[in-house]
Amino acid sequence: MAAIIQGIGAATALTSPNSLDIKKSFLSISPRSLSVRKGSSFVVSSDGRLSYGLNGRGGRAEHFITNAVAAKEDTAAASTSSKPGHELLLFEALREGLEEEMDRDPTVCVMGEDVGHYGGSYKVTKGLAPKYGDLRVLDTPIAENSFTGMGIGAAMTGLRPVVEGMNMGFLLLAFNQISNNCGMLHYTSGGQFKIPIVIRGPGGVGRQLGAEHSQRLESYFQSIPGIQMVACSTPYNAKGLMKAAIRSDNPVILFEHVLLYNLKERIPDEEYVLNLEEAEMVRPGEHVTILTYSRMRYHVMQAAKTLVNKGYDPEVIDIRSLKPFDLYTIGKSVKKTHRVLIVEECMRTGGIGASLTAAITENFHDYLDAPIVCLSSQDVPTPYAGTLENWTVVQPPQIVTAVEQLCQ
Amino acid sequence: MALSTNRTVNQLLKPLTAAISATRCLSSDSTSIITVESSLPFTSHKIDPPSRAVETSPNELMTFFKDMAEMRRMEIAADSLYKAKLIRGFCHLYDGQEAVAVGMEAAITKKDCIITAYRDHCIYLARGGGLYESFAELMGRKDGCSKGKGGSMHFYKKESGFYGGHGIVGAQVPLGLNMAALWDLPAILVCENNHYGMGTAEWRAAKSPAYYKRGDYVPGLKVDGMDALAVKQACKFAKEHALKNGPIILEMDTYRYHGHSMSDPGSTYRTRDEISGVRQERDPIERIRKLILAHDVATEKELKDIEKEKRKVVDEAIAKAKESPMPDPSDLFTNVYVKGFGVEVFGPDRKEVRATLP
Repeated sequence: MAAIIQGIGAATALTSPNSLDIKKSFLSISPRSLSVRKGSSFVVSSDGRLSYGLNGRGGRAEHFITNAVAAKEDTAAASTSSKPGHELLLFEALREGLEEEMDRDPTVCVMGEDVGHYGGSYKVTKGLAPKYGDLRVLDTPIAENSFTGMGIGAAMTGLRPVVEGMNMGFLLLAFNQISNNCGMLHYTSGGQFKIPIVIRGPGGVGRQLGAEHSQRLESYFQSIPGIQMVACSTPYNAKGLMKAAIRSDNPVILFEHVLLYNLKERIPDEEYVLNLEEAEMVRPGEHVTILTYSRMRYHVMQAAKTLVNKGYDPEVIDIRSLKPFDLYTIGKSVKKTHRVLIVEECMRTGGIGASLTAAITENFHDYLDAPIVCLSSQDVPTPYAGTLENWTVVQPPQIVTAVEQLCQ
Repeated sequence: MALSTNRTVNQLLKPLTAAISATRCLSSDSTSIITVESSLPFTSHKIDPPSRAVETSPNELMTFFKDMAEMRRMEIAADSLYKAKLIRGFCHLYDGQEAVAVGMEAAITKKDCIITAYRDHCIYLARGGGLYESFAELMGRKDGCSKGKGGSMHFYKKESGFYGGHGIVGAQVPLGLNMAALWDLPAILVCENNHYGMGTAEWRAAKSPAYYKRGDYVPGLKVDGMDALAVKQACKFAKEHALKNGPIILEMDTYRYHGHSMSDPGSTYRTRDEISGVRQERDPIERIRKLILAHDVATEKELKDIEKEKRKVVDEAIAKAKESPMPDPSDLFTNVYVKGFGVEVFGPDRKEVRATLP
């Protein structure tokens, strides 16, 4: 757990409460924010106000409200505590997002194994079944293919189901449903049926969970046409992406990570929805663009601390949207730094990193000063033994070495 | 004739005659046959159930007791090891269900194959696996049965026909059943019905929890899974049936004392009274102990000594496993393919760990 804790330390050092307020008060009118809503909620374009006191940076400053800094005092009045917002863990943030959407829209329902009476194996749906009833928070038998199919059918007939896979690996049993029905139905029916389903669950390499329970399904699902994939990494984006995924009319697969559920962060009290297709600028920089997502973000931020001490200035982007890639944010960054390092947890062959490498090379080849370096997990099943397991995933020292090599 | 039936009844229910009880050393009794009645009659579906009278011998009863005591100790030791963080990840414990494993083994041979899901520690032991290999695997050491690369859910033993040990399950029984029935395959589908699917009770997950009937055209038998002798009888019966007529379903009515896995307290969806009630009334080891004592096969003290010895054996295996080495880093790449293609794998920095897949 040490790596994660240090990673959190790095992340919170960069995420000061001030920056969150400033983020809130941005009414982004850039074309990237596709899901603006009326009423109290609004879209936040995560345009990287998280830095060492570097406010007012970024090319889009001219679009924002001029009294952005002053807005901090206004929002502070909403909360009685000295810092605005409330602190919670990532799984609680997911639950909060889910609950808010279930309150707002009666067609939102949850189904999965042990989500109801047991409260969810990672406590994401705890307390929802007593509140909304057994049918709206449905405990299913252990048959992923069947209940994913049921969720898709529910979506076709007008509900907005949230299907939970207890572990992403179990969704392999539902691959047929996800590929053929979820992804392709809107197309093959000529647009008649829409599938506003959210399939979510924890994946990734945990603490010695064994080969079958440590799979990275994003690499298997990424070719399915018709679905959207997002990966959350902080309580803030977990809640925002959950809400956005539920509101989206497309089928969305939300990848959570087993080791990130207990991350703590202070998130705003006000309602917010994030953009599903947008990447998050975690740390602006000049020398190299590091693209990452989910748990590897924390390994990258830990490596970033070391790199900064060594005099490098890495730009870290959490790509969040795994399908489609946010090539706008990524491209802007590549054009600035000319060097790309991708750090992912997928395997070397056919992972998200491999697709991202291809996409960047195709689109931004002229801007690259060096070949793209992609750090990924080994092409082996995840072994149970702890030492071997650590060797399969990318560790911070390896990221530091890669950046040093890249920036020579 | 009233007299002979009376004697037969007495034979079933009363202990062995005084002549044998005078010389109570085990060796003289080991070949004699004891007939015991199973605790409950078998309920069956589309087949005539086997008789309740099970033939066993003192030797067999002692073997049952020893094996079950070893399994129980192993699972309890695994519980403490998990809490001490020597075992990580997922750990699904089998205590309470030992009768199914030993009863099955008594009815089949090592040439018959078994495949199961993730609750596989005791089935591995029953198939001839060693305590040391089990603990080494659980702690992720090189000497484990899967070389430390599998973990709790991936125990295999090819020589004894044990095909594992699998983590992801779901809906394989109906599909397998259909194919076995279609082609008259000699398969026995055993449902270890511990009444809970992870955290959900069976009546909330299945319209008809009478799983032995679910085969429809496939005959089924419901067995008291806490009675090792009933399990043995049912499995013998099932094996004969499967070899002649095709698949059969055995539903073992059993119970697990621990939660679904070590991360499940096991008390949020059932009461502690329920667990202790089952432990008091239906515990498999207690039942065999009572049978042994009732038939004067061994004394109370001898049984206690056996349990102590098993405890010692388990502790020794754990101590040895704790000392055993972790796998080499090069083991990361072994056994990915049977015959490697010389595919190069390299670590993230392209220098540190560079190997060709053997």
